[in-house]
Amino acid sequence: MPALWIQNARVIDPANKRNAVGDLFVKNGLIVADLSAADKKKAKVIDGTNLVACPGLVDIHVHFREPGQTHKENIATGSHCAAAGGFTTVVCMPNTSPPASNTGTIQYIKDVIKRDAVVKVLTTGCITVDMKGEALAPIGSLAKAGVVAITDDGDCVQSNELMRRACEYAKMFELPIMDHCQDHSMTVDAVMNEGEVSARLGLKGWPNAAEDLIVSRNAILATYTGAHIHMQHISSRNAVEIIRRAKDRGVSISAEATPHHIALTDKCIEGYDPKFKMNPPLRTAEDQEAIIEGLRDGTIDIIATDHAPHTDYEKDKEFDYAPNGILGLETALPVTLDILLRKNRFSLPKVVDLMTRKPADLLKLAAGTLSVGAAADICLFDPKEKWTYDARAGFSKSSNSPWDGEELQGRIKTTIVDGRVVYDGKNVRKR
Amino acid sequence: MSWNRRHLLTLEELSLAELDQIHATAASFKKILTRSVKKVPALRGKTIVNLFLEPSTRTRMAFDMAAKRLSADTISLDAKSSSTTKGESLRDTAQNIEALQADMIVVRHSAPGSPLYLSKILGIPVINAGDGAHEHPTQGLLDTFTMRERLGSLKGRRVVILGDILYSRVARSNIQALKTFGADVTLVGPSTLVPKHLEALGVTVSHDLRSALADAEVVMLLRIQHERQNAGMFPSIGEYTSMFGLNQQRAAWLHPNAIIMHPGPINRGVEIDSELADGPRSVILDQVTNGIAVRMAVLYLCAGGQPEYVTPTG
Repeated sequence: MPALWIQNARVIDPANKRNAVGDLFVKNGLIVADLSAADKKKAKVIDGTNLVACPGLVDIHVHFREPGQTHKENIATGSHCAAAGGFTTVVCMPNTSPPASNTGTIQYIKDVIKRDAVVKVLTTGCITVDMKGEALAPIGSLAKAGVVAITDDGDCVQSNELMRRACEYAKMFELPIMDHCQDHSMTVDAVMNEGEVSARLGLKGWPNAAEDLIVSRNAILATYTGAHIHMQHISSRNAVEIIRRAKDRGVSISAEATPHHIALTDKCIEGYDPKFKMNPPLRTAEDQEAIIEGLRDGTIDIIATDHAPHTDYEKDKEFDYAPNGILGLETALPVTLDILLRKNRFSLPKVVDLMTRKPADLLKLAAGTLSVGAAADICLFDPKEKWTYDARAGFSKSSNSPWDGEELQGRIKTTIVDGRVVYDGKNVRKR
Repeated sequence: MSWNRRHLLTLEELSLAELDQIHATAASFKKILTRSVKKVPALRGKTIVNLFLEPSTRTRMAFDMAAKRLSADTISLDAKSSSTTKGESLRDTAQNIEALQADMIVVRHSAPGSPLYLSKILGIPVINAGDGAHEHPTQGLLDTFTMRERLGSLKGRRVVILGDILYSRVARSNIQALKTFGADVTLVGPSTLVPKHLEALGVTVSHDLRSALADAEVVMLLRIQHERQNAGMFPSIGEYTSMFGLNQQRAAWLHPNAIIMHPGPINRGVEIDSELADGPRSVILDQVTNGIAVRMAVLYLCAGGQPEYVTPTG
């Protein structure tokens, strides 16, 4: 593998407080401080002029649908989307079919990853058997098999007692618990945020309180058990405040926000278009402001996409019957830049930190840094380039994106994994 | 002014002039209903499909009768007889209906927004006959038509809608039309069924029956469903009736000339006392008759007919 010499890029590496125009060197798949004169002569040179070079992006919340729903996406195509979005490490949710609640399924997924993935794909396991919320999954065995966290994904564990035992048990293995915070008793048949817009549209509402209750529960259980609970895709302003207060008390919790929850509101649903249907639902401008403030002050730790592919024919339905979820990986960076950098004056290093070092640190992943000796996982992007996203021309098997056909600003130019270019701005280098 | 709409999906999007056009056309068609031969050739040769994927009695009959009064051929499909029971999508079902050369589709569906969805994928007119808790435009049209028959102009009139507003498509369509006509609308009922955020519809929300009914010129009752009690929306039917049922004593709070309306079916003794439902203030059966005339007008206009004449704004 030839050495890489990235020249004249704005290198942003929050882990090392680096934010300056300069060069980056890669040898044998690792970041190095410099290359020898001989290596420089042979190195592949990448011109980084006017580009940002940062650690490869890290997303701890994606759905690659393999095994079981590979008509929507599979690990190969999911990893291609990741590469095209600048992501070099992603963490898959366990709501596959069958769910990843036993070591056999985990091993199968790992085998496919080894065979097909072009970026680093990691797995989570279930909290409960088949995500039914009834009995604990073999959490210790799952940990041994290599899962990086446990979660029942969209099937939030409703029993407080079972969740308490899961926390106590997972703590033995220092496994973080990720939770989609939803009290199901308050969201039966709900398809969008409960409020003024749902009142007008006649759609069944999903109240903020259903999220807030579980966030509160989790803060209490994290305090009581000492386990770490990570709250997925926070969408409610009250939930942000609950997390803020718990963190002030030193409770071991963390939280994520998605690009779509900071960019879109429930008003988008006025045309009943299922491409805006997701869970938790898009909420109000007030919720959105609170989430952005949470990202600013550290209450919300990271950005994660919840990349959730569904085919056209599955989404092309009456709003009530369409599945929840949208694609996220290929649009995450430009959308986040638009909202946080351009509209809310976050610094570029802060945005990069939310999508690299911080998510990696949360799950203790060897990623998110350009430190000398670290794996050469690098993302090069042009923060100013405007382009039009065509979901059907993208890398997913699906095209369910609210940004399909929209002009975005900020474009991935090169994605490098272990020193190997896996995306060159146009094509993914398949395995 | 000519009628330019192909579909009737919501009343929210209709202007005052368009509501006037429909009412004026309905008024002319209503005269036909009193003739010995209750039929005109306006839609002769046209085929209208009533796709009712949710149960309905009076709306379905009224649409069917309205189409026949205009000499159209009608075909009715319900959930049991359509291929949706075999897993066929709404898109495919509707596209097949179009491919069978239907000229218009009237759709009742439990999912809000489904008529809008069909209007985007079909080349024939789509008439919303009720989409979940969203809208029931022809009900709103027939209700306001009935009010105008009795009260004349609706501008500044005090209209109370009482009952399960949260889940009511009838309420939403009436609210939209009444706002356009300039009426003053108050929603009243238990806070679980009439939540505060309904004020976003541009109406007053109240849980105090007495002050809401005081001097109201129209009270429109909505049916209370037993399922709502099972879902914990109120403690019992008995409690609902004791708190919000319309009885003689409470009807006395209304304006002396007030009318009482109900889209049906009525739960006698629950949301309304039987004497009131059958009494002189009740226009409940007028609503049913007007439902034919209004639906004739909607079918006729959306099929490309033009208003015969337009009355001044009421």
